[in-house]
Amino acid sequence: MMRVLGLLLAALLLAGARAPVLVPDVSQREIEIIYSFTGAELLLFGAILYPDGARPAEGDDAAEIVVVVKGPTQSVLMREKAKVAGIWVNAESMRYRSAPSFYAIASSRPIDEIVDERTRAIYELGLDSLQLSPVSTAASEVQQRFVQGLVDLRRRTGLFVEAPGAVEITDGVLYRARVAIPARVPVGRFTAETFLIRDGRVLAAAVREIDIRKSGFERFVASAAQNASILYGIAAVTLSVLFGWAAGAIWRRF
Amino acid sequence: MDLYLPIANLSVNALVIVALGLGVGLLSGMFGVGGGFLTTPLLIFYGIPPTVAAASAASQVTGASVSGVFAHVRRKGVDFHIGGVMVAGGVIGAGAGAWLFEILRANGLIDTVIAVLYVLLLGSIGGLMLKESVDARRVHKGARPPARRRRHHPLVAALPLRWRFYRSGLYISPLAPLLLGFATGVLTMLLGVGGGFILVPAMLYLLGMSTQVVVGTSLFQILFVTGAATMVHAVTTKAVDIVLAVLLLLGSVAGAQIGARLAQKLRPDQLRMVLAALVLLVAIRMALGLGWRPGEIYSVEPA
Repeated sequence: MMRVLGLLLAALLLAGARAPVLVPDVSQREIEIIYSFTGAELLLFGAILYPDGARPAEGDDAAEIVVVVKGPTQSVLMREKAKVAGIWVNAESMRYRSAPSFYAIASSRPIDEIVDERTRAIYELGLDSLQLSPVSTAASEVQQRFVQGLVDLRRRTGLFVEAPGAVEITDGVLYRARVAIPARVPVGRFTAETFLIRDGRVLAAAVREIDIRKSGFERFVASAAQNASILYGIAAVTLSVLFGWAAGAIWRRF
Repeated sequence: MDLYLPIANLSVNALVIVALGLGVGLLSGMFGVGGGFLTTPLLIFYGIPPTVAAASAASQVTGASVSGVFAHVRRKGVDFHIGGVMVAGGVIGAGAGAWLFEILRANGLIDTVIAVLYVLLLGSIGGLMLKESVDARRVHKGARPPARRRRHHPLVAALPLRWRFYRSGLYISPLAPLLLGFATGVLTMLLGVGGGFILVPAMLYLLGMSTQVVVGTSLFQILFVTGAATMVHAVTTKAVDIVLAVLLLLGSVAGAQIGARLAQKLRPDQLRMVLAALVLLVAIRMALGLGWRPGEIYSVEPA
């Protein structure tokens, strides 16, 4: 808190420009996945610095804050099941070149009340405005159906989150929001983007990066499975044989 | 007690997995089957990705069969000669299974094929076992036993190149056990099962092996083929989760020992009937699952 206040003071003294400035931060720059990892909670907070130390008057059209946490984008193949000859099988599929593996948006008011559709599309604000880059020539209603399927699926697994009203703004200057990172999250570089929006226009934006990675034993296992797969396989087989043999040997003593 | 699985990329309750292993181990000890046919579907039901489930369940079958193999070797209940031929077939089968797995996965058909195979295999084996145990009960009650079966299937007798397998009391072509091994190798790779529930009846009724060596030899084959399947998965799909495997093993090796003790206190024909019912139940559940509207219409995979 002291740091934020210090920054605030420094910026107030230096302030000369007209547009407000964002000073964002996140509670963790690194999230390490270890054996007990069951997800994490990120606190995104910061201050809005107005020129000349001015503060929006009460009742005035207040500035809104939107916070977006994005996971690394992936190229994914999505399949749709359909009933063929009485059983459900994968039928149609759609490929996306840039589907975010994680996407959480928190805002101080519902996002569609803050900005119009065009701005939402430009800044990828909201689950209906993601730029997924589909590789397909299918009809638009088919595309629409697949996008809805993807969003719905990821929303239920906690990988896509929309939290309108989750950003608290104190005195029009300080803001904070909590975003839950589920355990199923992929590893990689995440970004936390903060947008300051007033009258439907984005006044300021700032980005912080968060690294999520496996650490310690989990990192060792994952990299061994990937890079030394033969040794890893031998280890797995040896372990199973040892376990089975030991259990038999111990049991026969009773 | 939550534990993060480094390959499956999710966190599970470790006690649930150990308990699952214990339950499956108990059954495998009681009935002399590996229990893979239960582990894989249960893991998928718990939310483990299907590939990781199939790859990691095989190692549990390895662990469950080890102590059985040792016990049967001490009792001279393993025919290493025919077992060796079957292992060779099984290893080739695991390789072919990996190739098939990759093709089916690329076409998005792997889940359906796994489910259909389960329904067909478990349904037919369960039905046969139920029929047989009902017959056996009738014999038990003093009815006339059915006519004695012929030694081995005419198709087996028709194969060229005959070898003598002394312990099994057979003079047949090595191609028959090789093909049998091959088939179970493919199944192990696709389904994560050991294949004991197919091997034992096939060895008895198709090959006509002597009953003293059937169970031991099938366990011997399962031990090596599940080991090979784990290796192939580790190298190709890279989906073997060693943490998941250890959790399953912890439960299942203990369960197998308890199950083996329990089995001695029960009548074999009753055991077979219970196993038949269990196998049929899994088959019916999977068949219904194919026809019901699935909970998730969409699935996402990396491309």
